[in-house]
Amino acid sequence: MAERQVARIEVRQLAGVDDPAGSGVIRAADLSGIKLGGRVQSAAVYLIESQADAAMLGRIAGELLADPVTQSATVAEGPPTHHSTAVEVHPLPGVTDPAAQSVETALRDLFGVEATVVTGRRFEFSEASAALAKTVAERLLANTVIQGVHGGVFHPTTLPKGHKHDAPVRSIELTTLDGAQLAKLSRSAHLFLSLSEMQAIQTEYRRQGREPREIELETIAQTWSEHCVHKTLKSPINYRELASGKVSPASIRAEAAGSFALAKTCAEAAGTALGARPGHTVDSSGSVNIDNLLKSTIAAATRALTDPAQPNHIDWCLSVFVDNSGVVAFDEEHAVCFKVETHNRPSAIEPYGGAATGIGGCIRDVMGTGLGAKPIACTDVFCVAPPDMPDIPKGCLPPRRVLTQVVAGVRDYGNRMGIPTVNGGVWFDERHVGNPLVFCGTVGVMPRDKVRGLVRAGDVIVALGGRTGRDGIHGATFSSAEVAHAHADEFSHAVQIGNAITEKKALDLLLAARDYPTGCLYSALTDCGAGGFSSAVGEMARELGAQVHLDRAPVKYAGLSPTEVWISEAQERMTLAVPPANVGVLRALCLEHQVEMCDLGVFGSVDKSIRLYWNAEEIGRLDTHFLHEGVPMPRREAVWDPDHAAAQEPAVGDGSGVGPALLDTLRTLLAHPNIASKQWIVRQYDHEVQGTSVVKPFVGVGSGGPSDAAVISPVRGSSRALAIANGLATGLAADPYWMALAAIDECVRNLVCVGARADRIAILDNFSWPDCDDPRNLGSLVRAAEACFDGAMAYRAPFISGKDSLRNQFRTEDGRLIQIPPTLLISGFAPVDEDTRCVTMDAKCAGNALVIVGETGAAMGGSHRLRMGRGEHLPSALPQVSLTHGPLNAREVAREIASGTVRSAHDCSEGGLLLAAAEMAFSGGLGLTVDIGAVPTIRSTPKLAANPLTEAGSDGDASSPSASWCETTSFAETPSRYLLEIEEAEVAALLERLARRGVSAARIGSFISTETMSLTCRGVAMGEMSTENLRLAWESGSKGWQ
Amino acid sequence: MAVSTTSLYAPRALVITAPGINCDSELAAAFEAAGARAQSVLLETLRRRPDLIDEFDLIGLPGGFSYGDDIAAGRIMAALMRKNVYPALRGAIERGVPIICPCNGFQIAVQCGLLPGPSDDHWPAESAAASIALCPNRDGRFEDRWTAVEIPAHTCCVWTRGLDSSSAMVLPSAHGEGRLVASSTLIAHLSERGQIALRYGTADNFNGSADAIAGICDSSGLVLGLMPHPERFTRWVQHPRWTRMSKSERMVDPLGLRIFKAAVQHTRSSNGREVSACAH
Repeated sequence: MAERQVARIEVRQLAGVDDPAGSGVIRAADLSGIKLGGRVQSAAVYLIESQADAAMLGRIAGELLADPVTQSATVAEGPPTHHSTAVEVHPLPGVTDPAAQSVETALRDLFGVEATVVTGRRFEFSEASAALAKTVAERLLANTVIQGVHGGVFHPTTLPKGHKHDAPVRSIELTTLDGAQLAKLSRSAHLFLSLSEMQAIQTEYRRQGREPREIELETIAQTWSEHCVHKTLKSPINYRELASGKVSPASIRAEAAGSFALAKTCAEAAGTALGARPGHTVDSSGSVNIDNLLKSTIAAATRALTDPAQPNHIDWCLSVFVDNSGVVAFDEEHAVCFKVETHNRPSAIEPYGGAATGIGGCIRDVMGTGLGAKPIACTDVFCVAPPDMPDIPKGCLPPRRVLTQVVAGVRDYGNRMGIPTVNGGVWFDERHVGNPLVFCGTVGVMPRDKVRGLVRAGDVIVALGGRTGRDGIHGATFSSAEVAHAHADEFSHAVQIGNAITEKKALDLLLAARDYPTGCLYSALTDCGAGGFSSAVGEMARELGAQVHLDRAPVKYAGLSPTEVWISEAQERMTLAVPPANVGVLRALCLEHQVEMCDLGVFGSVDKSIRLYWNAEEIGRLDTHFLHEGVPMPRREAVWDPDHAAAQEPAVGDGSGVGPALLDTLRTLLAHPNIASKQWIVRQYDHEVQGTSVVKPFVGVGSGGPSDAAVISPVRGSSRALAIANGLATGLAADPYWMALAAIDECVRNLVCVGARADRIAILDNFSWPDCDDPRNLGSLVRAAEACFDGAMAYRAPFISGKDSLRNQFRTEDGRLIQIPPTLLISGFAPVDEDTRCVTMDAKCAGNALVIVGETGAAMGGSHRLRMGRGEHLPSALPQVSLTHGPLNAREVAREIASGTVRSAHDCSEGGLLLAAAEMAFSGGLGLTVDIGAVPTIRSTPKLAANPLTEAGSDGDASSPSASWCETTSFAETPSRYLLEIEEAEVAALLERLARRGVSAARIGSFISTETMSLTCRGVAMGEMSTENLRLAWESGSKGWQ
Repeated sequence: MAVSTTSLYAPRALVITAPGINCDSELAAAFEAAGARAQSVLLETLRRRPDLIDEFDLIGLPGGFSYGDDIAAGRIMAALMRKNVYPALRGAIERGVPIICPCNGFQIAVQCGLLPGPSDDHWPAESAAASIALCPNRDGRFEDRWTAVEIPAHTCCVWTRGLDSSSAMVLPSAHGEGRLVASSTLIAHLSERGQIALRYGTADNFNGSADAIAGICDSSGLVLGLMPHPERFTRWVQHPRWTRMSKSERMVDPLGLRIFKAAVQHTRSSNGREVSACAH
């Protein structure tokens, strides 16, 4: 029998055939300011360890690895490299290599060869020096956290095997430790538990009269991590408001005491009685005690809105806050569900893998909802540092690389899964340099009778999908820790690479098992996310206990310890509860779908504990009650310090790009990174797979106009559709109360603008906050949560799911702490009754009128215009959402769209109304005229003194508005405003209807066939510019990021 | 979605799926919208039971990322098909069964000997080596976009021939490896024989394909391989600019549906075939 040997096969393009991977290196280097010169040629490298002989390797190279038309393959060294420097990039041992897995399977199936494979890429530089080539490889081609860079030819004699950790069943001495020792243990064992948590564990084990075993301690740490248990949001909180120079416009304290002014009116109008904020009490010192922030705000709104005792209660929420995603009714037979997750920490260290596994995990949440939903759409929102940011702190990847790799990760995973990525956004802020935010959302559809699963005692614990390896060990605890300079090395094992095809196979299998002709083959399922089996089985066994045989789990390589198997966060795994009678059928189905499954044990144990076994020996026993209820919830201090919050705001720009005319400023704003076209990102996503798209991310004559929301048709053959959108208002972070309301309002506006039902909007929260152990950060979190309650009540839009990530900050090597801005992403979806009634944002026809709905306020705080600089003359107050007008405007616009009056509709948001109007015009290949003087403004604003109308020097004489009034009105980012295109003949009736219903609206211009935007103010010309010019500014704004 | 052809025999369409194939549901839906009855079968099943293929009147090889598109797009799936499934597919073509291979299906078809097929209508017993490659797009990146398409006047493709521009001649594409590469001799040969089934519009050859070729067929015209996704354009609301179109523009069938209807019609009009005999 032949020895196993490592063969090396190199595949390269034939002379004369394009090599985009090679030429891409030149382009990427160029963007990073590195002049390479000459050319770069790429080659694929396969290291194959097997017993195959030379003839067989030749066949493998020729028949499988190389394309006969365009490529050549060579076994072993490859052709001599004339005057070139070569580097190779190969995955580090233990890092998932999906391509290698596919090759191994193909070698077995096609050639009968059992092999271990590693894949890599080779780059040959015709002119660069070895040192420069290595720099390029390390900066642009490899991430050294997961990949090794080798000069010359990499041809090891053996491929790495798993290494065995010594893994006896270890007890850890805990019951005798003092406080300092407990804290030390928490850190050294990477448990990230607080002292009080360590003490609670100590008390429990003293009660049991024994020391914990390592695997038990690890399980508790995973289960109690912020990531899994949301202990900050669930803790009792003591909230104080500090006095500031100005009285805070929304005092939670005042409302908690009973004068619930803000939401009361609308709640009453909606038939919901409300007194003081639920779960809030004011103590003698004047501070507010909140029992459980989540329950008292976000969930309280959902509870109130869905309360069957209320006459107008919402009856379409089917499963909220209890499962892996929130589920609402779609039609008589179908439900839709939505989950949004963050994957911030892994993305900071390895953006490609971090983003891919982020979207992969979110998709699994949807697959693991109820008895399984089919994922039908993904969304993504990224908050990153600007690509051109100077002075990157050590330990951070270059922002451009972070962004392009995050995009690539979402692209490769979503596209391979066959799920359209339909909606998203990017927010730029330098404070994200060491801590980018990656929000991934997934929407699913399922039959209404499959919304709930129930584990039964005696059900077999089945694990299926990917194998278990050391990847992702400590992900849950890691994600709850602060990112520090040292983390890149310390936690590289927390970084994972996904394999979308493994997950796709699991999805196809699960849907086949769910819809099995004789009925669903399993009684419950969940995904393995953070904490791996320990969390998945732990959660499913909550009521019944379980007996788990860890030695049965299929592993990627030998040598895993039982603890590693139990807490591994290896991707693409699902856990099912299967009635014993169905196991055989499920196994056969798995075989057909080429999905690996194993029987890990059984749900149920005598004392309802979770018992862990390794080769039939008990190695751990966990009390489920202590595990799930034992985490101490200490009272946390929260302080709202408006001055501190304001001081965190970034410095404004130097005013370049402002003026001289308003349209010049507009052109600059259109090219702002937050606003500019994201086509280069979106077109990399297959946003049409499954063939369900009704409103695509880009619409209009050149298919380049930015849609407000995506619309898809989830049910084949039905014209009922689903709109999906996001809202983010980080610009208003100086007061997260108004920021959160603005985000909700934006999400609602986006949905309404495409034709969604305003009365059927369900929303999700995603908090990404700087460290909430700092009372000031927790104070700002409280304000955002309170706004979520007010917003949900006012818009009658219940929260159905949410997530939080509460320690987003980065410590640089020199000890500087960079905290991210408090960030709340609101995601939402709502049905559209009839898809052919959808409206897009591109203007349709010259001669139609431009109508604005909603009033524009003299409050420019946080606006893009103000951030440009040279805005001292502009009113700097933060815009506020009116809880009466916001919902009213949304409802009435939705009604007009449903009735067919509206030809196009666009949300007025970042950049202000001129910007939204310009987008409508150039997306429709039209021009427009706008009379700024006709824009209705908020006259009753409490900030009247700051209204330039009154500063105009003529006692607020509306006939001669000042230049600053015009500028404010043009660029204020006041919420609750919509731009509508209305046929001339319909305008008068529309305005009359809206006025009758209490909605402020005005005709402010017309679309014209000449591609020019011209501004006037009450008859005074204020400039004009070609809309093509504006479009080019918008489209070129993102050039240079790729 | 009422199909107005219920009184006719509904031909049976086979949709071949595999790990990573992900456009199977829209392909099945397109077949159904055109009046066929579609069934998805795993490649793994067909490799054991290639005879199942004999029961079908139409075949679709869908898009996706079969086996991760690892090594190269469609490579592993093509290798697996060459070994066990090719003979049955050859039989189907000889029976006159139209086969459509969009996107990943096209990438697979050129690598498993289905396209461009023999020049003399005699299919070899062993699948032929690839003579066409679908390489990474010119700019090296995956791209989703709609393009104008043109159907060469003298194409022999049963799926596209004779389709006039009575409705918008556009189709969606979404791929990273769609740049068609072949020798100029072969391209000239295909062109002469009417085997170019589809081209990108003049300004829309975004992936850099030779001769702007978006799709080709075999010499019988039955087997169509194309990078665009006609199965994603069977309803007007799938068009990126449908909100700009008048109702009358949207009266005609969208191009994608017309392509599938042409093939379904072909199965009905073929003479002396078993299918017709058992039609009732």
